[in-house]
Formats: sequence, structure tokens, C-alpha cells
Amino acid sequence: MPGARRGIPAAAASGSRTLAFDQRLAAGLFVLLASLPLLSRSMASSYLLLVGERVAIFAIAALSLELLIGAGGLVSFGHAAFLGIGAYAAGIVASHGFGTLSIALPAALAASALFALATGAIAVRTRGVYFIMITLAFAQMAFFIASSLAAYGGDDGLSWPTRTQVLGRPILKDQLTFFYLCLALLIATYLGVGRLIASRFGRVLRGLKDNETRMQAIGFAPYLYRLAAYVIAGSLCGLAGFLLGNQAEFVSPAYMHWQRSGELIIMVLLGGTGTRCGPMLGALAFLLLEETLSRLTEHWKVIVGPALVLMALFASGGIAGAIAAWQRRAAPGSPLALSRLGHHLLGAGRARLHAGRRTGRRLLLRPARSLRRSAQAIRAACEPAKAALDRGLQGLPSLAGRGLKTTVERWRRR
Amino acid sequence: MSASLFIVQLFNGLQLGILLFLVAAGLTLVFGVMDFINLAHGVQYMLGAYLAVTAYGFTGNFFLSVLLALLASLLFGLVLELLVFRHLYGRDHLEQVLATFGIIMLLNQGVKLLWGAAPLNMPIPDLLSGSVPLMEGLRYPVYRFAIIAAGVLVAAGLYLFVTSTRLGMLVRAGATNAAMVSALGVDIKRLFTVVFGFGAMLAGFAGVMVAPILSVEPGMGDQILILAFVVIVIGGIGSIRGAFLAAVLVGVIDTLGRSCMSDLLRSFLPPATARIIGPALASMSIYLLMAVVLAIRPAGLFPAKGRA
Repeated sequence: MPGARRGIPAAAASGSRTLAFDQRLAAGLFVLLASLPLLSRSMASSYLLLVGERVAIFAIAALSLELLIGAGGLVSFGHAAFLGIGAYAAGIVASHGFGTLSIALPAALAASALFALATGAIAVRTRGVYFIMITLAFAQMAFFIASSLAAYGGDDGLSWPTRTQVLGRPILKDQLTFFYLCLALLIATYLGVGRLIASRFGRVLRGLKDNETRMQAIGFAPYLYRLAAYVIAGSLCGLAGFLLGNQAEFVSPAYMHWQRSGELIIMVLLGGTGTRCGPMLGALAFLLLEETLSRLTEHWKVIVGPALVLMALFASGGIAGAIAAWQRRAAPGSPLALSRLGHHLLGAGRARLHAGRRTGRRLLLRPARSLRRSAQAIRAACEPAKAALDRGLQGLPSLAGRGLKTTVERWRRR
Repeated sequence: MSASLFIVQLFNGLQLGILLFLVAAGLTLVFGVMDFINLAHGVQYMLGAYLAVTAYGFTGNFFLSVLLALLASLLFGLVLELLVFRHLYGRDHLEQVLATFGIIMLLNQGVKLLWGAAPLNMPIPDLLSGSVPLMEGLRYPVYRFAIIAAGVLVAAGLYLFVTSTRLGMLVRAGATNAAMVSALGVDIKRLFTVVFGFGAMLAGFAGVMVAPILSVEPGMGDQILILAFVVIVIGGIGSIRGAFLAAVLVGVIDTLGRSCMSDLLRSFLPPATARIIGPALASMSIYLLMAVVLAIRPAGLFPAKGRA
């Protein structure tokens, strides 16, 4: 299948509809973000832009985590470490006078990739809960190392001398430029992660998540694939850290706090894992909630906490899942509703028919007392099924589902 | 470093280890038997401390308030189980993380709302105040000994309970293979509730015990939660024995590391370097221990699950 390699979408399992849906939603989000500068100019405050930058940055981080959680099944509880490492690497380089893009960005990416490689080499050997815990442990280590970097601020954090310069000029100081850089990198990350998940590599990763034994049996070594995913996700999050440090011109160990890692997981789940727009929506929703509620009351966590609990209990698909369900939601009388009804009826009829066949078969297998009685029994057993089907079919024309009727007819002919 | 300081730190480490065990025991059972990640276990510890302080404010009697706080912790754990956790067994770990993280947010902030953000204190009862001489010029507070003694008693009781009662047998069986226990006709839901309430009470007990020696403040459960996770992962999830050994190990290594690491490094590094690396290495030591244990034995020291 030459064309399939590239063509299989991220959400191949749920069909192409979901992919288009995912892309539509993401595009909407990008347009919304891109129009923020207009809005913020009309409101004559840069506050909206600041929020927009944060949303874009955390959306990148959440996307990188989604690569691990959604595609790899690796729940990292220490992902915020990469945020801090990216910011620290760029900040440390900058404090030595090398704060240009050509040095600071590679430093941030390389540092987080190296950390991911070193810790991933051990972490990826473990599964499930143990993976959660060991990534947490490594993030805690990074947290304490950063706290003890006395030369670079220690607990208090490190103030950057300035934002990263491009070709010796402080281009990123301009807020609009920086905002659009964040947005562009977010879009690039979205597309890149999508390509990666759809690629052969991504399919192996997803296969490993679904059934590791089977993947091993057909000749894939899980370790290297998972490690590669971990390193890629780590350096992507390092990129987000680089941007975050640039935005604040500051970095502190608090960037790597384990609650920050928890918040990243929440963003992914809030948005809905298994989709690519989900993590971005989650980042948006979480930051907006934080911004608005924390203005309302300092006890905003009292509101968000129970909301998270309710979400875990009742809406495990996250925002993306909820929107998708709402889109699929069928108004009564619509073709979709009719086809669903038909589906149920068909299902009921089919189940009864199967039951009848089974009974019949059982009767046949007995030493037949008489063939006729067996045949009668079979017919009797099939009777309710036929009746159910007929009832369903009689009901259908009145529901005026033409497509449905043909479906049923086709099924009957089978 | 003098020998007497070393001994004091050893006892401090032991005491921390005992506390960790009290928190980790409930966590490892909930984890092992129900395969449930309960991040909210740390706030249950915090709540125990707050409840003890409040009960003390009402009664003025230390032992009575301990009893009241324990009952309230148990009740609270059962209510949480009934309202939230029961519906999340057998679901994805991610959803459990989400829900329990939400509970952490709610309770940390709720405690701030109810009791204020300022740290609270609870006096040590007269009976357990003062100190005992260990050797010449070295005294150790009675209350800390009391914590160690109470912890060891609970650990012994727990060991007897798990190894030689019918319910304990079911708990062990549940940790090994919950589906099989259920298939054999045990009401696993009820077992879960009992284990959960019991674990919440143990965490609450740990909180009650530290209320007089630590400041009772919002967020006090977070640090102990992470330590408890380190403990159960090192010890092997679902294993009480592993949790006990790992808790003592973690407590002692952490405490000794914090007090001796700089001295130790100074013996072979220049003092300035040692002063910088020492504290970092000390705070990292238990995580290093965990990484090493997991690198060698990915399922911990005493894995409870046969197939793990």
C-alpha cells in the first residue's frame, strides 16, 4: 500500500470524519488566536496577547505530552521538567552573553533532549504506574538540581539579561512578533505531531500501546521506539520552555514543580486525549479558567477541583470528545437519528435470529426424535426474530428513511 | 560529624520512615488491591492533622482529639470512596489521576478557606513532653519516641492483620489477583471500601501524629505524598512488607543525607564544591535510590503481583 503510509490519519480508527473534524477544530482555534492582536488593539491592552502567548506555549507543551500519552501510552508525570530545562538552558547561555537565537534555541533543545535520553533510557523500561512514578522522580531531581544552582539564582530563579536576540537584534522584544512566533511554532508543532503520529513510527508506537506482545511478535523492539518518542516529546516541551522563559525573561525551579506536571496532564485530559486539537483546547480552557476564576476569587481552585472530578466521572472524552459528541448528536427525525433507530432495530432482530439459529442447531445435534419436530422447533425459535424484524420494517417507512430501508433490504438479502 | 548527632539523625530518620510507612501502607493497598492511583492520599494526611487540631480546640484533651480525628478521617475516607473513587475503579489511570488531582486542588484550597492559610499548632501533651537521655549529653524528645512506638505498633498490628486474619487474606489475594478473588464469590466492592477507609484512616493517623511537631498548613500533604509514592514504588506496589522496609530506608537516607551529605562530600571534594553539590545531592538521594531500584528491579523490591 504505497499511498497508505502517508495517508493514514491520526485518528484512523475512527475514520476520516474525525480527522477532518480535528483539523477543523484546530483551524478554528488558530484563527481565534491569530485574531487576538486585533481584539487586543481594540481594547488597548496587551493583556489578551499575554494570555494568548501563554496559551500557545502551553499548547505546545500539552501537544508534546499528548505524543507520549495518546500515541505512546506513556503517562509522564514529570513533563514539566522539560519546560524548566529548556528555559534554564537558554537562560544560562544568555547570562553568559550568548543570548542569540542560533545558540540559545539549540541549547534549550539539546539540553532537554539529553535529559530525556538519559532519564528515558531508564524510565522507558518500566510500565504503567511505575513509569508515572519514575518520571515524577526524575522531574523532582531536576527540580532540586535547579534549586541548588546557586550561581544561577538557586531557589529564587534566574532573571534573563534580555529576550533571545535574532541576528543581534532584539526582534522578539516586540510583543506582536513574539506572539506570532509562538503561534507559528504551535501550528508547526500541531502539524509535526500529526505527521509523526500518522507515520510508520507513530503507528508502531500506537501498536505498542494497544498490544506490546503482538508488536514484538511481528518484530518490533519496543524500547527504542518508546525512547525515541520520549526524546522527541522532551525536546518539543523544551521548545515550549524556551518560549516560556523568553516570555517572562525569567526562569525558576517552580517551572518544574510536580504540580505543573500535573497541570500539563490535566490540560491533555481536559481537552481529550487521542486527538490533536484536544490538548490545545485543554491548554486554552485551563489557562482561561485560571485567568478568569482567579480574578473572581482567590479560591478558584475550589471551583476547578470539583469540576475536574466531575469531568473524570462523567466526561472522560474531554472537551474535544464533548464537541465531537455534540456534533454527532442527532436531532429527532433527522436522517442520522433514523439510521440509528434502524440500527437498533436491526441489531435486535439479528440477535434474536442468531439465538433462534443456535437453538435450532442444538436441536439438530440431538439424536433427532423426528426430523419434523426439529424443523418445527427451529421455526418456532426463529419466529420471534422474524416478528421483531417485521415490526421494525413496518415501522420504518413511516419514519421515511429511504437510505435506511435499502440498508435493511440489503441486509435481508444477505 | 559527631556520633551523638549521627544517632539523633538516625532516630529522626526512623521517625520519618515510620510516618511514611503509615501513609504509604494505605496507598500501597489501595494501589495494589484496586489498581487505583490515589493522589488525594496526601491531603487525607493533611486533613488528619487539621481535624486533630480542631478536635483539640474543642476538647482540650490530646488523646480524645486523636480518637476523634481518627474517626473523622475514616468517615471522610468512606465518603470520598462512596462519592468519587468507587466510580473510578477499573477505569483508566489517567481519569483517576484527573479526579484525585481535582480533589487535591479542592481540599488544599478548602482547608485554606476553612482554617486560613496561616500554619496552626497543636501542643504536645504533658504525658509525652520532655526528653529522655540516650547517653551522656544526648537527649531525645519523648514525643518522637512515642511516634516511633505508635508507628511500630501499627505496623505490627497491620502485619498480623494482613497475614493472619480472613480479611487480611482477602486483601493479599486481592493485591495478587483481584479478578480471581471476585470470581470466587467475595464481594470485592465491599473489600475495596474497607481497604480504602482503612487506608484513609492510616494516613489521617500519620497526620494526627505529626500535628504537634510540624506546623499544620495547607499543602503539607503534597511533599509526603510524593515521598510515599517513592516508598511504595521502591517497596513494590501492594506489598506491606516492602512498604515498611522502603519507608524506613527512605526516611533514614533522606534525613541522613540532608545532615551528613555535605560533610561526606567535603572529605574528598573542595569545600566550596561540596557546599553547592551537597544539598542538591541530599534532596535527590531518595529519587536516585528509586531510579536505581527501578533500573535493576522494574517492579520494586517485593512485587506483590505474581505476574508483574
